[in-house]
Amino acid sequence: MTRKLNLRIWRGDSTDGGLKDVVVDVNEGEVVLDVIHRVQATQMGDLAVRWNCKAGKCGSCSMEINGKPRLACMTQVASFDEDETITITPLRAFPIIKDLVTDVSFNYKKAMEIPAYEHPTDLAPGAARMEQVDVERSQEFRKCIECFLCQNTCHVIRDHEENKKSFAGPRFFIRIAELDMHPLDRIKNRKRTAQEEHGLGMCNITKCCTEVCPEHIKITDNAIIPMKERVVDIKYDPARMFSGLLRREKRD
Amino acid sequence: MSQNLTKLKYDVVIVGAGGAGLRAAVEAREAGLRVAIICKSLFGKAHTVMAEGGAAASMGNANSNDNWMVHFRDTMRGGKFLNHYRMAELHAKESPDRIWELEMWGALFDRTKEGKISQRNFGGHEYPRLAHVGDRTGLELIRTMQQKIVALQQKDGRETGDMEANLKVYAEFTVTDILKENGKVAGVYGYWRENGDEILFEAPAVVIATGGVGKAFKITSNSWEGTGDGHALALKAGANLKDMEFLQFHPTGMVWPPSVRGILVTESVRGEGGVLTNNLGERFMFKYIPDVFKDKYATTEEEADRWYTDQDNNRRPPELLPRDEVARAINSEVKAGRGTEHGGVFLDVSKRLSAEVIKKRLPSMWHQFYELAGVDITKEPMEVGPTCHYVMGGVDVEPDTAAAIGVPGLFAAGEVAGGMHGSNRLGGNSLSDLLVFGRRAGAAAADYAKANGANPVSDATIAKAADRIEAPFKNEGGENAYSLHAELQEVTHNLVGIIRTGDEIKEAIAKIADIRARSQKVSVAGNRQFNPGFHLAFDLDNMLLVAESTAKSAILREESRGGHTRDDFPGMSNTWRQVNHISSFNGSEVTVTPRALPAIPKELFDLFDIHELEKYMTPEEIAKGGSN
Ligand code: SF4
Ligand code: SF4
Ligand code: FES
Repeated sequence: MTRKLNLRIWRGDSTDGGLKDVVVDVNEGEVVLDVIHRVQATQMGDLAVRWNCKAGKCGSCSMEINGKPRLACMTQVASFDEDETITITPLRAFPIIKDLVTDVSFNYKKAMEIPAYEHPTDLAPGAARMEQVDVERSQEFRKCIECFLCQNTCHVIRDHEENKKSFAGPRFFIRIAELDMHPLDRIKNRKRTAQEEHGLGMCNITKCCTEVCPEHIKITDNAIIPMKERVVDIKYDPARMFSGLLRREKRD
Repeated sequence: MSQNLTKLKYDVVIVGAGGAGLRAAVEAREAGLRVAIICKSLFGKAHTVMAEGGAAASMGNANSNDNWMVHFRDTMRGGKFLNHYRMAELHAKESPDRIWELEMWGALFDRTKEGKISQRNFGGHEYPRLAHVGDRTGLELIRTMQQKIVALQQKDGRETGDMEANLKVYAEFTVTDILKENGKVAGVYGYWRENGDEILFEAPAVVIATGGVGKAFKITSNSWEGTGDGHALALKAGANLKDMEFLQFHPTGMVWPPSVRGILVTESVRGEGGVLTNNLGERFMFKYIPDVFKDKYATTEEEADRWYTDQDNNRRPPELLPRDEVARAINSEVKAGRGTEHGGVFLDVSKRLSAEVIKKRLPSMWHQFYELAGVDITKEPMEVGPTCHYVMGGVDVEPDTAAAIGVPGLFAAGEVAGGMHGSNRLGGNSLSDLLVFGRRAGAAAADYAKANGANPVSDATIAKAADRIEAPFKNEGGENAYSLHAELQEVTHNLVGIIRTGDEIKEAIAKIADIRARSQKVSVAGNRQFNPGFHLAFDLDNMLLVAESTAKSAILREESRGGHTRDDFPGMSNTWRQVNHISSFNGSEVTVTPRALPAIPKELFDLFDIHELEKYMTPEEIAKGGSN
């Protein structure tokens, strides 16, 4: 069953732009990315949009649909009312390149600032032994598809360009948490550097990031809050400071 | 050529940032060279993330009887003995080290009870062999290597003050040409997808790791990136493609709604008890068990059902036959009018498993159908049909170095390289292939660059490459790339798809030539800024060369084997097994010539039971007992 759908798509570039109205055919079962592609193939040959997998697995097609950060390939047109106009805009937290495509290089820079995993030097290839329960905690965070929807929605940077320098954002808090909980990683002070160098302290646990995560990663409950709690312990426990336990904080 | 063309110099340039490209980049950088990685998408989005099942490596964690020889045998059987024996041997021997290496870079695979890397069963593998992370193993591979690249960059940052001094990713960049001077590779040329600005990368060694060709077909599991770029770039640079007639059609892709047609439904659905039925409710796979497998598969529904709980005393259900067999069976049912409303068949897990178990064991499938098709697989059947998944054919390479034969300085690894999988790839052998040959390509490219040094690019060569990029804007009133692409997909789907006949292939060759002629005049609207129509103009050219190579190889091979099925030559022929098909390009058309498949040496020959080899080899080959 084909019907007409009213769309409002943001078109423009870094200098100028605005919402354009289009009417496009939509078929049963289609997602927003499909209708964008139909617009591209039939009415706006040069409409810019990022996508790859069309199955919610690559995190390329992030945009704002009626103001909500979402994956266009996982948003059913049928989830809106039939006579509703769907408004599609680019991610707001990142600079616009063209139409629905934004410059997400901020995220790749932040990724480079987080010290990489370090494997124990005395373990031969294949000699590592880890329990499934121990790897599962980090595995939750490694499900991340880097759609950056959480980064886009976090109010610390959404409208505050000035905070970007000192704030890694939820995607990278889970990266730090993942390494921190990795049974073998040798770097011991990850919680403290999260606080001191990557802006964990600026997060006030609003949980907006968790709400938009398409992978349903419990960013706040499982990564941010546990790290914040441990940071508090470590910072204010003088006994630990003196007995040199700090170096072993990771093991607890 | 623009006055202010950006010119960059590297030792090694890697085209493609999927598993193979990233593994090659790590190796070349660790050899001390300056490396550029170029990719069409953002960093970390490559199609490798879609791989679900796992990476095959005979670590023996689940069954200590496993070793490289068993893996080698399985791979050769899967490829119906058309594999290059040396590639299959290297792959089987080295994949365990490649997996352990990932673990040392931070990968977190699922574990066994003893805390080792867990290994799962998969079609065609004798023992549980696939290292995995739930159903997102490909993502784990990409992320681990992406993070390894960052680790190397951080090291460079500490040493030079610039993290990107010696290893840099150029994302959302299209390569349009591999440049040569004096018969050797000199660099690559291309443009930023963002604004169309051109860059010349000068480098003596180039590794192609661009993945597959699925977008040349109408129904495919591949993303928009799978347009055979590396296949075409290599052909145009003077390299050859091998065995392009072999394409793997995965039996179960989604068929409805149209927007998700082709997206993969993982093999595990059948592994967990999914049953295939036609529109009469008949469990049709029992009719399609080939003679060679008769003793291994259940012949009644009762026995098949018992297998799920007692695998020692029952034979497997025929739903678990190799991919090519299941794909052909579904195709026949649909052609005979017993398909679903949308041209597929039914795949049902809801009758055998409880809703809870389905959601636990097949979480991403449940999601995929619920969110993309509005189908609740705990209650209703899925509709599935074959989808173009993987190309076994690819660049003709030296097995040990991944060097493209005929073009000094050019290397190819991963899906774009040919030979490793013969006529049919086993599930799980793709991720391990990327790692093994990605590493080898990176190492050999580094050696080559060290030995040969820079090969400067001349102005004339640059001018030619620049003209090509400008062409689509100069053509006025030409056809639109979208419609030509759709036309090509119709032709490949209908005439060189899963089942072929000589007459159809002939027709395809003529039609592809016609589309190619018209494509020379494709014109593009708008400007160079992030313009999808402009990008497609180049992709289209690549897909046409791939389709031509496939059709011209397919018409020559008068037998059916693995991913090549001829209705007019249904049997497998032992003399045809000795033949590779080599595609080359003279600037205007593709020519395919037969070449003898290298014979297997005695030490590998002796790994097999002679009676098994008799099914594939001629009596003369058997009598010889190996090539040495
Ligand atoms: S919980 Fe913290 S990181 Fe997440 S959106 Fe709120 S402030 Fe940002
Ligand atoms: S944590 Fe979730 S929302 Fe954030 S980038 Fe990863 S997948 Fe996207
Ligand atoms: S296209 Fe990959 S997540 Fe939407």
